[in-house]
Amino acid sequence: MKGRYGIHGGQYIPETLMSEIHKIEETYEFYKNDPAFNDELNTLLKEYAGRPSLLYYAKKMTEDLGGAKIYLKREDLNHTGSHKINNVLGQALMAKKMGKTRIIAETGAGQHGVATATAAALLGLECEIFMGKEDTDRQALNVYRMELLGAKVHPVTTGTMTLKDAVNEAMREWTKRVDDTMYVLGSVMGPHPFPMMVRDFQSVISKEAREQILEYEGKLPTAVMACVGGGSNAMGMFYNFINDKDVKLIGCEAAGKGVDTALTAATIATGSLGVFHGMKSYFCQDKYGQIAPVYSISAGLDYPGIGPEHAYLHDTKRAQYVPVTDDEAVDAFEYIAKTEGIICAIESAHAIAHAIKIAPTMKKDDILIVCLSGRGDKDVAAIARYRGKEIYE
Amino acid sequence: MLLQLRDIGGKKSMNRIHKAFENKKAFIGFLTAGDPVLDKTVDYILDMEQAGASLIEIGIPFSDPIAEGPTIQEANVRALKNKVTTDDVFEMVKKVREKSDIPLCFMTYLNVVFHYGYDAFFKKCQEVGIDGIILPDLPYEESQEVKDVCYNYDVTLISMIAPTSKDRVEMIAKDAKGFIYLVSSMGVTGTREDTSFANNLEEIINHIHQVTDTPVAIGFGINKPEQVKEFKQYADGVIVGSAIVNIIKEHGAKADEPLKEYIQLLTNEL
Repeated sequence: MKGRYGIHGGQYIPETLMSEIHKIEETYEFYKNDPAFNDELNTLLKEYAGRPSLLYYAKKMTEDLGGAKIYLKREDLNHTGSHKINNVLGQALMAKKMGKTRIIAETGAGQHGVATATAAALLGLECEIFMGKEDTDRQALNVYRMELLGAKVHPVTTGTMTLKDAVNEAMREWTKRVDDTMYVLGSVMGPHPFPMMVRDFQSVISKEAREQILEYEGKLPTAVMACVGGGSNAMGMFYNFINDKDVKLIGCEAAGKGVDTALTAATIATGSLGVFHGMKSYFCQDKYGQIAPVYSISAGLDYPGIGPEHAYLHDTKRAQYVPVTDDEAVDAFEYIAKTEGIICAIESAHAIAHAIKIAPTMKKDDILIVCLSGRGDKDVAAIARYRGKEIYE
Repeated sequence: MLLQLRDIGGKKSMNRIHKAFENKKAFIGFLTAGDPVLDKTVDYILDMEQAGASLIEIGIPFSDPIAEGPTIQEANVRALKNKVTTDDVFEMVKKVREKSDIPLCFMTYLNVVFHYGYDAFFKKCQEVGIDGIILPDLPYEESQEVKDVCYNYDVTLISMIAPTSKDRVEMIAKDAKGFIYLVSSMGVTGTREDTSFANNLEEIINHIHQVTDTPVAIGFGINKPEQVKEFKQYADGVIVGSAIVNIIKEHGAKADEPLKEYIQLLTNEL
């Protein structure tokens, strides 16, 4: 069924947006196979975003952990510092084709907001970003970055003042102004066609990684891993390996203070089936279906749901989802800095943390690819504070 | 009280929604259950009926009401702070039904209903005397999963049409039962100035009336007598929400009189 992943997905949005969402569907169906559009996008990805991203053999980490050979897919080296640019360039280009003059977006850690503001500057679009007040505080540097790029940032003060509330507010804004505005959703979530469209734009990650690993190693990896909030870098990392049945797909969720506490954002571990933000999927919620106020040290993973295709990959057991705590993520953040000289995003550190756990249990001819979704400059001050050092940006 | 029985698909329906539109223009008032407290919600529903409202929309609070502006969002927050649950709202409706036969619809978000379980939820609606439900995040294409269940319990799913519905109007209207909720303008709920209403409402209503006998009520933004006067020329009813919620916010548990006065002011125009 269209826009469904098993029972998940769908288009659960207000009637006001339905005509527009159908228009986006039609536009995407047309452009995804349009050679001129793809040429334009691929040129931007290559010459502006810096693709292909490196697949880097983490030799020191591999030797230190003493098990599987570890490769890092370096999305942190993309322009704007994360995988978000892959999707944003695609959607912003589509917005142009649709005659839109303004793009809006939600952001958690600010990575998607920065990428959207960047694309808007490049393509000459007006840009407004919705970001939870809590996140504008903990990611102040990214707020200023967006403003430098010419975007207007709206701190969202409703609800838990984090990513979920930023999505609420962006959706409300979109219902006010659909004529000239495209909502550039940042993850593989929301109503169809967003989960599919964002996945397709992000699938360049696994398309490259698959070619690169075959070139370097002459075989496919044992497992590929990525952190999961809404799940866009994970979906991008998984997609071209889904049909390679022997390749394990592992998503790392933010467990916050632990899955047995209320301070968690691990949707697969603690959530249940629901309908929210335009999609049927798994959500952290109470017994009356009120969406839970989730928590993670990572603003980008601090979301109470997960994209519908991940929910489906979980149901069918094609992918495995594991929780990683704040403590484990911070340890991993420091470990990879000292071991490989890479300061990665605290989001990506969740995937590194799980790699640190499983690599030693694997054989030396096993291969692990970890998606390093973003760079960690934005997190340095927060990690310092986590360790009791009062550094302010 | 004598309930008018209607024959629907061979089953006798006790549904009351049609009564709101019988030989008159309907005034539909909205409030959020549990704001400020559930006992007052009972009183305010009865107050509105007394002041001339013909149908009441009861909001079951939800943590993330994406179709609401600040006024109703805040009412949801207040109600949830009071720990109002869906079961509490059902109990509150029972109390209303001890005293009134006014048509009642729930207004909430799909997750509240989905998570309760469609069957359990609509069974309970029938038990306590709820006639319809408005789910702003359930568009036509996704509505079958709810319709399959709610009609078994004689609860009407209210269809929504927006200024942007365009070629969807006919499809939605043909299937619509109870009444059609026509969204007056772009955006979320909240009181509006006259200039921000869509300019094609009359045209949409004429189109709907060609397709179906189901009455059409306009909602979102209506708060002034002049607006009611304008809309009644072509709509079968008007829906007022945020303006009522504002009065309740301002007067808390002492809103009975100001609420009645305000409803009267508006219903006088119908």
